[in-house]
Amino acid sequence: MRNSKVFWLLSLVLVLSAFLAACGGGEDTSTEPSDSEGDKEKESASGDLDSVQELNLMESAEIPTMDSALAEDAVAFNIMNNVNEGLYRLNQENIAEPAVAEGEPEISEDGLTYTFKLRDAKWSDGSPVTAQDFVFSWQRAVDPATGSPYGPYMMAGTIKNAAAIAEGKMDKAELGVEAKDEKTLVVTLERPVPYFISLMAFGTFLPQKEAFVTEKGDAYASNSENLLYNGPFTLTNWDGTGLTWSMEKNPEYWDAETVKLDKINVDVVKESGTGVNLYTSGEKDRAGLSGEYAMQYADDPEVVRELEPTVFYLKYNQERNGKETPLANVNIRKAISMAYNKQDLVDVVLANGSLPADFLVPTEFTFDESKKDFREVNGKMNEFNAEEAKKLWETGLKELGVTEVTLEMLGGDSELAKKMDEYMKSQLEGNLEGLTINLKAVPFAVRLELDEKQDYDIQNSGWGPDYQDPMTFLDLFVTGSAQNKMGYSNPEFDKLIEQAKGELAQDIPARWEAMAKAEKILIEEDAAISGIYQRGIMSLQKPYVHDIVVHPFGGDFSYKWAYISGKE
Amino acid sequence: MARYIGKRLIYMVLTLALIATFTFFLMKILPGSPIASAGKLSPEQRAVVEEAYGLNDPLPVQYFNYMFGLAQGDLGISINQFKGAPVTDLILSRMGPSAQIGFQGMVLGTIIGILLGMIAALRQNTWVDYSSTLIAIIGISIPSFVFASLLQYWFGLKLEWFPVALWKDGFMSSVLPSIALAMFPLATAARFIRTEMIEVLGSDYITLAKAKGASGSEIAFKHAFRNALIPLITVLGPMTVGILTGSLVVEQIFAIPGIGEQFVKSIMVNDFSIIMGTTIFFSVFLIVVILIVDILYGIIDPRIRLSGGKSS
Repeated sequence: MRNSKVFWLLSLVLVLSAFLAACGGGEDTSTEPSDSEGDKEKESASGDLDSVQELNLMESAEIPTMDSALAEDAVAFNIMNNVNEGLYRLNQENIAEPAVAEGEPEISEDGLTYTFKLRDAKWSDGSPVTAQDFVFSWQRAVDPATGSPYGPYMMAGTIKNAAAIAEGKMDKAELGVEAKDEKTLVVTLERPVPYFISLMAFGTFLPQKEAFVTEKGDAYASNSENLLYNGPFTLTNWDGTGLTWSMEKNPEYWDAETVKLDKINVDVVKESGTGVNLYTSGEKDRAGLSGEYAMQYADDPEVVRELEPTVFYLKYNQERNGKETPLANVNIRKAISMAYNKQDLVDVVLANGSLPADFLVPTEFTFDESKKDFREVNGKMNEFNAEEAKKLWETGLKELGVTEVTLEMLGGDSELAKKMDEYMKSQLEGNLEGLTINLKAVPFAVRLELDEKQDYDIQNSGWGPDYQDPMTFLDLFVTGSAQNKMGYSNPEFDKLIEQAKGELAQDIPARWEAMAKAEKILIEEDAAISGIYQRGIMSLQKPYVHDIVVHPFGGDFSYKWAYISGKE
Repeated sequence: MARYIGKRLIYMVLTLALIATFTFFLMKILPGSPIASAGKLSPEQRAVVEEAYGLNDPLPVQYFNYMFGLAQGDLGISINQFKGAPVTDLILSRMGPSAQIGFQGMVLGTIIGILLGMIAALRQNTWVDYSSTLIAIIGISIPSFVFASLLQYWFGLKLEWFPVALWKDGFMSSVLPSIALAMFPLATAARFIRTEMIEVLGSDYITLAKAKGASGSEIAFKHAFRNALIPLITVLGPMTVGILTGSLVVEQIFAIPGIGEQFVKSIMVNDFSIIMGTTIFFSVFLIVVILIVDILYGIIDPRIRLSGGKSS
């Protein structure tokens, strides 16, 4: 009897120590390498290029497709941004600059016709990139038979006849894009689109060589052999479904001189802990930090922080199952918007460099002609103010004639999302007496379905931009929009958005003002939604890696300008 | 025997058809759409894309199309994870690494487990017994992903004996994941063998064998071990399947291109053809393993007759 007790105690101690060893081990990683790497950084200040220009990176998922017409995810758009090139490319300042286009286009006075001259760019097989390659690729992307998820989405309402073609009511040859000759591309728009040039840097608008695509048939883009490249790099060693691939410098690229890296080796690593271990062991040069890793490495000298233009916000559903919810009351909505501390949320709960967002259009995303951030126009709206929130709450309750309100909050099922929603619940219930929040955590696909059925009270939702203009965020909330499944409708807001898309499209300052006013109505006056935070990302990056450029939309990174210096 | 196997094969095909049907309709109940950007598309645009993938045909039409393809060995194409890639190719290319670490883990775990269990049984209630039981308890109570992380940290990062992760250095890449996977079969085998052997060692026929003057090792291997193997084989069958399907976390930690991780992801993102393909693949695997286990019974213990009473 005594024997077995000792045995159990012993095993318990052993098991516990195994766990403790694991925890203690984690701390080791953060301190040890940071000291030695810090020294390296000082040594490498010379700026000379190393003889080996090879970068080792990780992606969080496989490449679903390299067919620009079918791409709809971050990984594909990121790779395509580095191995292909459209008329424009985002530069180091995130401004679209001519790429395959030679210089700025000729724009007709009504802003509807763009004439692009193409430079002498080549495909990786040595053949020239022609205007016809753009015509073919765009027609293919909008053709309903292709099943492109992004083609119709990006083109409808922008390029002439795209909407009708996407619905199968018109032939794809009618699309407003035409090759005048081999080097002249004429694009006709549905309406003036002030941000049209920046769209040209987006993956869906990349060219495709018809002869090659037709010849390959179903095999087109199924692996790195069945693709053509016209960008800074070519894709190699990609078998179509594998977890590893490379990018090699493309000697046929028109600006090959600028490209310094010879090779980029990419592996898919889905566990952030594994990513950090590969980074620490020196196998990888950059590793994303998520969750607890972000917190653990926050003060590491090798941490780089970047702000994404992705914004998370609360959607207030005013009508559920045909009945008004308490959220139909503007004072209730305002009270909730002001009743939670966003600063603490980003500092303590998220701890990844995110910003509190008392707005919808993100910071450091869009700028007017004098390079002033759109954010400076409206500033912060409905900031955290517990006192004010209480007053508004009481007014709201009185107007509704109730003393208690129970609301369901719909959110994601990731650890982080759950932690965040717990925080929101405690803040809201703590600051607003009589409020009960029931949390509902579901996978993304389920959330989309509940959103579509408008079957929720409050939803923790997020949006990343598809083009570089405030409109990509603002027009989500016009009456009847696919994203506005929350019973919100304000004719004044709709009118401002309509004006910004239509009559004001050519008057840039007035358009800017209209969009700012619309945002103010949406958030401050109507409190239709409440901004929570703008996402930040933290990564570890070796000090010898330089000039990886991070973009706010389209492909996340450009390696065109990146180089290695100080590793040797 | 041949007749028995023939009959079993017919049952296997029927079972598979049932599983395919059941999974197909269950899968269609999954909420949401397989289109990754569904949240950004208007209902009209979504309909266009779904049409292109044949997702808005009536359910019975989709079902018959699928079963017809399946009968011809066609598992369809991936909808969103690898647009247009044939699921058969995907499973074949991903199966290798999963099978390798699964097999190595299983063999390593079972052999060490059996040895541990035997030693423990033969040295019952000594420190040898206690420490081997302790190893078994640790193996069964600590999940494989904890082992995986610990192995990666100590033997990959600190000691640098093996690669930290990635499937690049041939056999060396498979060592740590195999060890992580081996812990569970090791613990299970050790416990089963110990319990069974202790029981067998105390039974009458062992006493008889001893009385007849059989040596210690003869008793241990020829008599006790063989009988202790039967219950072990019963659990090893399903465990072999479990280790292949359940290796997803280990595959993820070591960034191995395996099938387990793919299966779970396809459910999360509604990639219908991969869900179906992997389910059918795993089912075939399980059914075959069960058949093998049944045949093995007969070989190990002649008292269990496969052909039943009626056979000639």
